Amino acid sequence: MKKYTDQGKNDTRSGYGAAMTELGRSHPNVVALCADLVASLKIQDFIDENPDRFFQTGIAEANMMGMAAGLTIGGKIPFASTFANFATGRVYDQIRQSIAYSGKNVKICASHAGITLGEDGATHQILEDIGMMKMLPGMTVINPCDYNQTKAATLAIADYVGPVYLRFGRPKVANFTPVDQKFEIGKGLLLNEGTDVTIIATGHLVWEALKAAESLEEQGISAEVLNIHTIKPLDEEAVLKSVKKTGCVVSAEEHNYLGGLGESIARTLAVHYPAPQEFVATQDTFGESGTPADLMEKYGLNNKAIEKAVLKVMKRK
Amino acid sequence: MYSQKIEITFGAFNNRHLQMAKLDELQDIVTQTRRDILRMVHKVNSGHPGGSLGCTEFMVALYNEIMDLKEGFDMDGIGEDLFFLSNGHISPVFYSVLARKGYFPVEELSTFRLINSRLQGHPTTHEGLPGVRIASGSLGQGMSVALGAAQAKKLNGDDHLVFSLHGDGELQEGQNWEAIMYAAGNGIDNLISTVDRNGKQIDGPTSEVLPMGDIAEKFRAFGWDVLEIENGNDLEEVIAGLNEAKSRTGKGKPVGIIMNTEMGNGVDFMMHTHAWHGKAPNDEQLEKALAQNPETLGDY
Repeated sequence: MKKYTDQGKNDTRSGYGAAMTELGRSHPNVVALCADLVASLKIQDFIDENPDRFFQTGIAEANMMGMAAGLTIGGKIPFASTFANFATGRVYDQIRQSIAYSGKNVKICASHAGITLGEDGATHQILEDIGMMKMLPGMTVINPCDYNQTKAATLAIADYVGPVYLRFGRPKVANFTPVDQKFEIGKGLLLNEGTDVTIIATGHLVWEALKAAESLEEQGISAEVLNIHTIKPLDEEAVLKSVKKTGCVVSAEEHNYLGGLGESIARTLAVHYPAPQEFVATQDTFGESGTPADLMEKYGLNNKAIEKAVLKVMKRK
Repeated sequence: MYSQKIEITFGAFNNRHLQMAKLDELQDIVTQTRRDILRMVHKVNSGHPGGSLGCTEFMVALYNEIMDLKEGFDMDGIGEDLFFLSNGHISPVFYSVLARKGYFPVEELSTFRLINSRLQGHPTTHEGLPGVRIASGSLGQGMSVALGAAQAKKLNGDDHLVFSLHGDGELQEGQNWEAIMYAAGNGIDNLISTVDRNGKQIDGPTSEVLPMGDIAEKFRAFGWDVLEIENGNDLEEVIAGLNEAKSRTGKGKPVGIIMNTEMGNGVDFMMHTHAWHGKAPNDEQLEKALAQNPETLGDY
């Protein structure tokens, strides 16, 4: 199996912040908005270097989304950032009408997504955001897996014209994808070739998928690992190519099984190539307080849960 | 002394004469716009004539006298004034004014609310209708968008203005107050937001549905420079009010206009009631209403 090394744990939100600093220097039309969470979003360097291009809206996310839409009228490329919970559910109608339906070039950048937000608990742990965002016509939905990929994704969406939902997280996690990688929106990454099962993972679950594949290899199971960072538009070609080879799939994501990546894969398979699938995701539940590791264990979102799902799905082939 | 006085009087007379000619011209557009509104909603037996008729003078004055506009239409609108309609349900008056200004053919008004039309029930950029820069209809979002556009103008070194229009009932949406607070707190002084105070909303008088108190004082308390237009259905007064508002821009505060209008203005049986907020006239009612607004520029 292909070896992946953790280059040093880091948080995906810092990847966002680092990319914003670069965009501040390279893209004069990039502007940033934030609703009272600057330190959490790691954009202080951007603000220090470009004070005129930063808009602090206060705790007023609805106004922030509307302002972001307005800033595009005049050629700006707004990156509106806050926690994922407040960047989606709280402002769904503002995003729907003023950004998505209006076709505005706004980048909604959402940190602290999913259950690994941890101790703050369920009020802040959104597990429904991918579903809400992917249902909006024309919205691109991206959930990068580590620091390097988040940085690359942030740089890439600045050059893409159209509304984007970029989802990342709070905890420091393994950083294992290449530094300065090229990020192609909508293109899956084949991280490990295998023949018995396909594990398709997004976000923090990608590292868990790799750990699971290593363990499965020791048990004589050859797992293919596909990283889908862009949930919409989905790289159907990569999904089908892999599942046609292995005959079964496990999807893995830090999100409710309803509305997530797994459902998008299931739809693709149902239409083009029906195959057994198991879902590593939260089971239509809210989260709770706890450490990220404890929560991932309890809610079945780690390498062990993936391994279990692989053994189950292979029996269904 | 004597001759000087004569000259002044003569000059003032000339100016007044020119103004009257211009006012007559604008009044003709107002009357024709009212006909357009009535015919549009009648044809599809849906739409919102009440607020549209109430804001006709304002919209005609804005596009034909007040705003500095470029030829043609591009989304960014750099180097021209911008307008955002937040209360998107009064799309009939918006569409008529845009068409009569030349943004798209007036014949297209006949497609309002029909399948495959660019003139959706509520305005949208989605169908590419020239003159529209944001979708609106779900209320309370327009001021935030106007704020963003105003900030973009400042970043671009563009000294043109941004105008927005809001219903009074619309102010019940909380997002407005986020925007009102932001605009004052950040000195967005290239923005003129007008509230159409007709005192009516779908379920009845605003004073009964949800009393909002003194709207002007609320804006002032948030830090806005506020002026009032006593009669928003008097063209001369609307123009004077808007010019006064323009003169107050660039002074560190957002400028608000509280404009009193009569919902359904120009059609006697549509006034003094909220009944025509979202109801179209039948054939007989249309005939009566059109008779009160004789054709001036030619029907579409």
